[in-house]
Amino acid sequence: MKTFRVLKDRPAGFFPEFEKRPAPLRRNMHYCPGCGHGVLHKIVAEALADFDIKDRTTFISPVGCAVFGYYYMDCFGISTPHGRAPAVATGLSRAHRDSVVISYQGDGDLAAIGFNEFIHTVNRGENLCYIFVNNAIYGMTGGQMAPTTLVGQKTSTTPNGRCATEDGIPFRVAEIVASQPNPVYVERVALSSPKEIMKARAAIRKAIKNTMERKGLSFVEVLSPCPIGLKKDAAGISKFIDEEMTKIFPLGKLKDVAAERVPAEHPVPVYDCEKVRAALFPQENRAEKEEFFGEKLREDIYNESEIFEKERRIKVAGAGGQGVLSLAYIIAHMARLRNFNVTYLPTYGPEMRGGTADCSVVASRREIASPIVDSNANMLIALNQPSLDKYLPQLKPTGIIVYDSSSITLPEISERQVAYGVPAAQLAVGLGSTRYGNSLILGALAKMMEELFLTPEDTKDFSAVVEAALRECFADKPKIIAPNLEAFRLGKEKAFRANTGKNPE
Amino acid sequence: MSSKSLLLCGNEALVYGALLAGCDAYFGYPITPAGEIIECAAKKFPELGRVFIQAESEIGSINMVMGAAAAGQRAMTASSGLGISLMQESVSYLAGMEIPCVIADITRSGPGIGNISVEQSDYFQIVKGGGHGGYRCPVFAPASAQEMCDMAFRAFDMAEKYRTPVYILTDGMIGQMMESVTLPEPIEKSAPAPYSLTPGNARTNHFTSIYLEAEELEKKNEALLAKYREMEANDQDAELWKTDDAEIVLVAYGIMSRLAKNAVDELRERGIKAGLVRPKLLFPFPKNALNALVDRAKKFVCIELSGGQMIEDVKLAIECRRPVELIHRVGGKLISVDELVAGVKAVA
Repeated sequence: MKTFRVLKDRPAGFFPEFEKRPAPLRRNMHYCPGCGHGVLHKIVAEALADFDIKDRTTFISPVGCAVFGYYYMDCFGISTPHGRAPAVATGLSRAHRDSVVISYQGDGDLAAIGFNEFIHTVNRGENLCYIFVNNAIYGMTGGQMAPTTLVGQKTSTTPNGRCATEDGIPFRVAEIVASQPNPVYVERVALSSPKEIMKARAAIRKAIKNTMERKGLSFVEVLSPCPIGLKKDAAGISKFIDEEMTKIFPLGKLKDVAAERVPAEHPVPVYDCEKVRAALFPQENRAEKEEFFGEKLREDIYNESEIFEKERRIKVAGAGGQGVLSLAYIIAHMARLRNFNVTYLPTYGPEMRGGTADCSVVASRREIASPIVDSNANMLIALNQPSLDKYLPQLKPTGIIVYDSSSITLPEISERQVAYGVPAAQLAVGLGSTRYGNSLILGALAKMMEELFLTPEDTKDFSAVVEAALRECFADKPKIIAPNLEAFRLGKEKAFRANTGKNPE
Repeated sequence: MSSKSLLLCGNEALVYGALLAGCDAYFGYPITPAGEIIECAAKKFPELGRVFIQAESEIGSINMVMGAAAAGQRAMTASSGLGISLMQESVSYLAGMEIPCVIADITRSGPGIGNISVEQSDYFQIVKGGGHGGYRCPVFAPASAQEMCDMAFRAFDMAEKYRTPVYILTDGMIGQMMESVTLPEPIEKSAPAPYSLTPGNARTNHFTSIYLEAEELEKKNEALLAKYREMEANDQDAELWKTDDAEIVLVAYGIMSRLAKNAVDELRERGIKAGLVRPKLLFPFPKNALNALVDRAKKFVCIELSGGQMIEDVKLAIECRRPVELIHRVGGKLISVDELVAGVKAVA
């Protein structure tokens, strides 16, 4: 028996045995004779070992002949859905600062089904090494047309040859990538001869180096032999690449700005409990609290009036632009500031576009079931006549109306309903802007509450909470807080009870 | 003056819950009525040193989630019906590769582009699997902004416990309505899972869903099925509302469960002993809770904003030992409390 001397063993970036391959074939690869993948895998595996990055590299196995790439590469691996490698690579690359992600895709995977994910990954300039295997054919599924199939080339789905007008023309990916500003390095190489293979080796090593140095996206398109799919022998397939493919897909460096590119500093996730608490939790506002209650500061000091024991269902309605939603929002904030459960539900969906606006607010000490106020409303706040007319039938027989008396004529209401008006629109003009209308209405609401429901203690608190809610809701527009507070005070002063019926519940 | 709560819409509350659970990365594509999720995430994730990417599509989003989650990060995405449909191939991969992550579906009306109003017609897609191959995912069904926060918070633990994608399924109304929300305490974070692609972990780690040999895939799939049985044994969760003496048991989730509670009260005022079972998880389905009510109940009434999807699970759960009626509406309108009361009275 002959003895062999191993001059150069398989690269150390490969597993010593391909144990993930189904037995008994654990020394060789699954690729066909003459296939370019084996050579390319070897180049990558050699670089993984030479650059000492096996512990921090993820090799992405696409859908295509390289779907079993993880059999061979002694590094992390993931097999992604067809075409989605660029998006998966993005997620992987952003997760850890020192990770090296190699996305390895064929022409169908990258240039057909996955081109959208690919081109946007290019556009973001993710820190990735891209190896694009272009063999002008669908190998795994048995020789169908690829986006890179040449015009006239016969495949099982172009039996008469690819027709430029019917089937499109070969898709030139490297040129597209090179035309974009973000990628750092774009080169097209071929595996047609030892000389070209050595150029491919240099290009792939450079791309991996760039990725290690976080320079951004490096892209190497590899014209790769698929002798079985193209029904050619070894010499024939090299000739096909050198003489036909390179006419459409010229070899060479299309772009290289790696030297001047500053490494991309995408933030990687950090987690800081205290930072989270400070950013998300409601801010303690003790100083303000003490200002109002002094030494009597207790959690339960406010809202002792009976009214607060009942669920209050409020409809706020008016024309678009009258500030209906912000009025409802302020009321919702008032309730929240006093630890009520509250729901705030603006008119939902296309109804919003009819020029009317309305909003349901429910406040309760208990759990709120339905957030919809479509019957049995306790209170209707109406800013124009159509809203009052529309929602009055939904008001309880003991309900309360707060309305803008400058634009609404109050219709006949039942004996146990109560109405409070304020000429909000008119007074707002006097204050300099119609925008103050909703704060004037809030004033009327306060007056009604004081006259009908509140203890003196709660009266004081009610004004305080209006102010606090206004400050909170207009926190990003501090200039308008003072005039709105002024409008609130004026509204309270000018509000009037419009009917003399019995007091409601 | 201080309050313990915030006023947040359900969609924002979901993002808060995720951040408090240590979610590292959000990937998404805008869609109504889930828009507040991506907008809130765009602001809060970078502010807190987390990763945020607006993807080129929902396909991009879910696959970025796959990458980040494979790398040991807590990752999530959210969308509505049609976007969720686009993600299904990858959700199947995630289930097959047992990569934990969280996906929220804030439903709108369909089929097709439908409209942005409220419907609950994604139940079959989300609860029964959705993509190809026989997988299931745990499905939380929040019915308030508070639960959007709490369930997003819990979802990551569930995802990691079972190594599975977890859904949060609710409707646009729960997503967009603002409510007071009390936040849970942020988690103490532990190291990424030993099986993840995290530098420092064993480099033999890899994820794949290819099993060429039938025997191998059978073993793999039986293991998945065992996991789903374990969820059914351990994780059923439902709110029981006035069911102790209930003769008519309503079953509803999401926004309709809120209205159903008011309907139960009104029915009781009219002398009908009604109660409500509100599944908090739709998979595993609360079979035990429903079964426990069969002896006393005369009838079950399923309330859905769909043609009747959950009703199949109700029937299966009680093995059709009692009649199960459906009150439904489709196209974007809610069923009002008055309609519910009338509907229940008609079948009671």
